[in-house]
Amino acid sequence: MSASKELPERLAEIIADFKLAEGREKLELLLEYSQNLAPLPEALNHPHAPMEPVPECMTPVSVTAEIQNGGMVFYFRIPEESPTVRGYAAIIADGLKGASPEQVMNLPADFFLEMGLQQVLTPQRLNGMSAIIAHVKRLAMGILQTKN
Amino acid sequence: MSEQYVHSEYLVETDWVASHLNDPEVRLVEADEDALLYATGHIPGAAQVDWFTTLQHPVVRDFLTTTQFEELCGSLGISNQTTVVFYGDKNNWFACYSFWLFEYYGHENIRVMNGGRQKWVLENRPLTKDTPTFPRTTYKAKKPSKNIRAFREDVMKHIEKNLPLVDVRSPQEYSGELLAMPGYPQEGAQRGGHIIGAVNIPWAQAVNTETGTFKSLEELRRLYTTKGITPDKEIVAYCRIGERSSHTWFVLKYLLGYPNVKNYDGSWTEWGNLVGAPIEKGA
Repeated sequence: MSASKELPERLAEIIADFKLAEGREKLELLLEYSQNLAPLPEALNHPHAPMEPVPECMTPVSVTAEIQNGGMVFYFRIPEESPTVRGYAAIIADGLKGASPEQVMNLPADFFLEMGLQQVLTPQRLNGMSAIIAHVKRLAMGILQTKN
Repeated sequence: MSEQYVHSEYLVETDWVASHLNDPEVRLVEADEDALLYATGHIPGAAQVDWFTTLQHPVVRDFLTTTQFEELCGSLGISNQTTVVFYGDKNNWFACYSFWLFEYYGHENIRVMNGGRQKWVLENRPLTKDTPTFPRTTYKAKKPSKNIRAFREDVMKHIEKNLPLVDVRSPQEYSGELLAMPGYPQEGAQRGGHIIGAVNIPWAQAVNTETGTFKSLEELRRLYTTKGITPDKEIVAYCRIGERSSHTWFVLKYLLGYPNVKNYDGSWTEWGNLVGAPIEKGA
């Protein structure tokens, strides 16, 4: 896929790391990411924080975004008992930090397939990733619309 | 104290598990929906099975073959006599699925831990990241017990006889409004709706949300019998790929003691793609 050329730099690095990992190593790497998901800043760390739910089967995921120095920053709230989904969120939060809303909006919806997680996770589990990507793109679109 | 489940010996409580952690006759097996959860911490001594990477056939849409199942048990140190106790996340969803597969291959001493991971964690019981190793065993599986598994031909005959089916998916999947669980990409079946004649009883209604434990016998009886799912009839349960319905299968067969319940693991991803299969839409 040539699309990776247009990906934000950090995201492209993460994808390359996953590509190199083989079989179960991919899961170990995802687990590491899940453990590094940034805690919510105090202003958002309460149940009534203005965060949007990502409608997902059994894992309650909420997300919000803000602009810092022209780049996007994403915050996620995901229960500890859902490390796989926390891993997805950490990849997005880390990989897209500082990306412009245009870059986020133009992300190919299937960029993560290059990571090869489908070898170790079922489509049902990977759908969580698609849901999060679709949602951060909507957040980016919202920001662009407010600007114009 | 509420009345005991009909076959309560197939269910163990967290207390029982806590007092059998070092019992060589008992093998604890964690089966989660979340593939990484076991690695973040599990009950000391528990083995892991993953329904995708461990229990499914790598190529054909089917479970492990008899030989592959024997190899799996051997590698987990499970002998034909071992008492295998399943537990997991999300209301024991995949724990029941694994239980069903072990019964399919004729393992006799199988249990589900009531409340699963959720209850164990709520009770602040110990978790470890140490992965146990087990002395290898030689395992001999029995002939698959077809009386707990329905294939599409069985479902066709079931419909012709006007026997009850229970669709355990979400109301939106049942009505045909959605093809997969709410929020998931709508793929996997060409048609939406449910098998003609099926009633909708979402699987998680059998569980208390706060503790993850099964509802009482009285509550469960009411839940199913008021919808025509009664013990005097042959029952087929299905969902999208047969895992949520194995949970309902466990409830009907062991907690309520229905003598004749099958899980149709082809489920909606098969039926909703079968040319000419009878389907109904709407709530």
